[in-house]
Amino acid sequence: MGYSFTPPAKNWATEPIERTEILWIIIALAWCLFMFVWMIAWHWIGNQNMNNEAYKILPESYAKKVEDFTAKYTIRQDANDPSLPVVSPPPGSDVYLAASRFQWRPLLEIQKGKTYRVHISSLDVDHGFSLLPENINFTAYPGYESVITMTPNKSGQFDIICNEYCGFGHHMMLGRIYVKE
Amino acid sequence: MAITTAQSPFRIDPLSGLRIDLQAQALVKINAVLAVVFLLVGGAAGLLVALTRWPAVHLLPADMFYMALTVHGIVALMVWIIFFEIAVIYFVSTALLSCRIATPGWAWTQVWLMVIGAAMTFVAILQGNSSVMMTSYPPLEAAPHFYLGLILFAVGALIGCFVFWGTLVIAKEEKTYEGSLPLIVYGAMVAVCIAVFTIASGAIILIPTFLWSVGLIKSIDPMMYRVIWWAFGHSSQQINVVTHISIWYCIAGLIFGAKPMSEKVSRTAFLLYILFLQFGSVHHLLSDPGLSSVWKVFNTSYMMYMAVLASLIHGLTVPGSIEVAQRRNGYNNGLFEWLRKAPWGNPVFSGMFLSLVGFGFVGGITGVVMSVEQVNMIIHNTIYVPAHFHGTVAGGTTLAFMALTYFLIPVLFQREVIMPGLAKWQPWLFGIGINVFAIVVMGAGTLGVPRRHYDITFAGQALAHEWPGLIYMMMTVGEIGAVLAVVGGALFCYIVVGSILWGKKVPADAKCIVAPPADAGGHKEIGAGGFEAPGTFILAMVLFVTLVLYYFVNFKYLATLWTLA
Amino acid sequence: MSNEPIEQQTVLQRILDDINLIMCLCLVVPTVFYTLWGVMEVATIPLGK
Repeated sequence: MGYSFTPPAKNWATEPIERTEILWIIIALAWCLFMFVWMIAWHWIGNQNMNNEAYKILPESYAKKVEDFTAKYTIRQDANDPSLPVVSPPPGSDVYLAASRFQWRPLLEIQKGKTYRVHISSLDVDHGFSLLPENINFTAYPGYESVITMTPNKSGQFDIICNEYCGFGHHMMLGRIYVKE
Repeated sequence: MAITTAQSPFRIDPLSGLRIDLQAQALVKINAVLAVVFLLVGGAAGLLVALTRWPAVHLLPADMFYMALTVHGIVALMVWIIFFEIAVIYFVSTALLSCRIATPGWAWTQVWLMVIGAAMTFVAILQGNSSVMMTSYPPLEAAPHFYLGLILFAVGALIGCFVFWGTLVIAKEEKTYEGSLPLIVYGAMVAVCIAVFTIASGAIILIPTFLWSVGLIKSIDPMMYRVIWWAFGHSSQQINVVTHISIWYCIAGLIFGAKPMSEKVSRTAFLLYILFLQFGSVHHLLSDPGLSSVWKVFNTSYMMYMAVLASLIHGLTVPGSIEVAQRRNGYNNGLFEWLRKAPWGNPVFSGMFLSLVGFGFVGGITGVVMSVEQVNMIIHNTIYVPAHFHGTVAGGTTLAFMALTYFLIPVLFQREVIMPGLAKWQPWLFGIGINVFAIVVMGAGTLGVPRRHYDITFAGQALAHEWPGLIYMMMTVGEIGAVLAVVGGALFCYIVVGSILWGKKVPADAKCIVAPPADAGGHKEIGAGGFEAPGTFILAMVLFVTLVLYYFVNFKYLATLWTLA
Repeated sequence: MSNEPIEQQTVLQRILDDINLIMCLCLVVPTVFYTLWGVMEVATIPLGK
């Protein structure tokens, strides 16, 4: 007797569980445990993981790193916007990208199949790093420098857009990575 | 209306048979009405957002768009929902336990604080210098009264939680019920526990942020803010999940005379929520730097997916209890007669069932998949995220609240629902609209379209990104769905307000609308193959297979990306 | 005090019925595993050059 909104029988915890529920709980539990193991296993069997390497850093110090990096490896000004330097670091090297309102600097030219240590941080507020059309998304915060090891497996033009709201010019914030064969 | 004396501040409601404390009734009414008023405001802001993100319409200028989006987030996601939740917890703790409400004076303080707080934040946003989105991540800075309003609102909600808790204590002491709490009240109690954790987390981070905005603190660490803010921001959505699941159980009882298939299973599932559900706050930090994978994996999986297990259990037991009740009532043929013969024209039922299906298939499956540590990299901050939580909060919670409202109007406001013909269709309009929006826009998110973004065409930008043409079609269809949902929401507000103001009074001798307990019926041998709810089991397996396929599709996509380590 | 025969109820039922215990668990468990652990994660991010 009763409803969900009336008090249950006195010793409800000793009532037997019906078969439909038992079978479902077993199936659901097995799947839950599988997903847990699979997510951990992907750190070894998968090629797409975050290594969570990060450092605390003053935005001014990070700006200096990006400036030095840009000065060292600039190869040309971009054809679409001549005010933007295109930087071509050697494979295996450290690459520094800075987000600020409202741009991602500098532009990069890197090689397919080569590995780069890409540093990401922000100089002012929270920003987003969204690499298109790959659709790889990270975050960039002032005061924190993260390092992601990236190996492009395709060549072509990849755009970076900001996908963390950063102010009224948020939708104008862009960057670019050219990947050569 | 019955005349009440000081000795008898209760009335017996003819429609539900419930014994209702008149003070509690007034408080539930005011909270529910305020909720609907804010739903109208939040929905209007949502319409402006939808009409701006609809590429061919692109209604607002950029600053107005970000302002409307901030309003929509705060009002629709927090203010409407929490006002209605306060109404729900006051209702179930008093009416279902036949108890008077504890400290009605404090409850009125709750109402005032929440109204003043919500209004203060609303004004701050409309003044134009607080378009910081619901999340208000520092160093992005809003006006001080933006944060102060949120703090007052939260303090009000906390008082509401204490009033609920006090009512449970009174009910136990005055022995207004026997034995354990009814499952619905138990669910509300779980929601209130989560609410206290939520509000405490909000206070820990919003009070310093307020002090920072008035210049008393030098800076707020952006990552510390995010970790603690999300214990508030995400957990507040967990309150919704627990509340709307309780409402599902409640409506199953009201309409079918259903009781839980097993009290033990349902209550243990609620315990899993208590222990693990709040870990989900990490879902917003999976693409953040510097947080170890051990912490991320432990929390994002709710400690080995134990909270997902709980949701899967409720997802089976709610329709399962309906199936058992229907079969006992005589609809025992085949696998799905119980479902076919359900009252689909009754908005209380259709709203509840659409909420159940939408929350499971649209909100639930996507939530499990996108919160995988690695899969999150292809989803974080894309428009997939708002599409997902429109599946949970709008398609799940809001729709369940709408369904319950169609029950509360005659029972609490003692008015008949106006325009029953339109009311019959309202949940379908809202439910279909919001799910079209969620599903189609998820497609756009999978292709990388960002959330909270004014202009994905990047008009006039030298580095403009060129999208595949498909995404413009997807954004168009999705936003048409959103507009349909807004029409459904507006219709709901109109029906509620109209019923309260000029609906016919329910006569004192009206017949009870609550179904008699189903297990009093003569049908003992029910179900098929030794299963009492075989139809529900099949539906649950459809959900299961969809989840498994969708999970691996996302890993397949992930595996094609650049190597990341 | 209650004069019900308590020993008839299972441990599970007694735990689930103790709403103050439930509230404590709800506050303590996520605070330890999510909030405090998470704050430690942020606090231990090393200083960069």
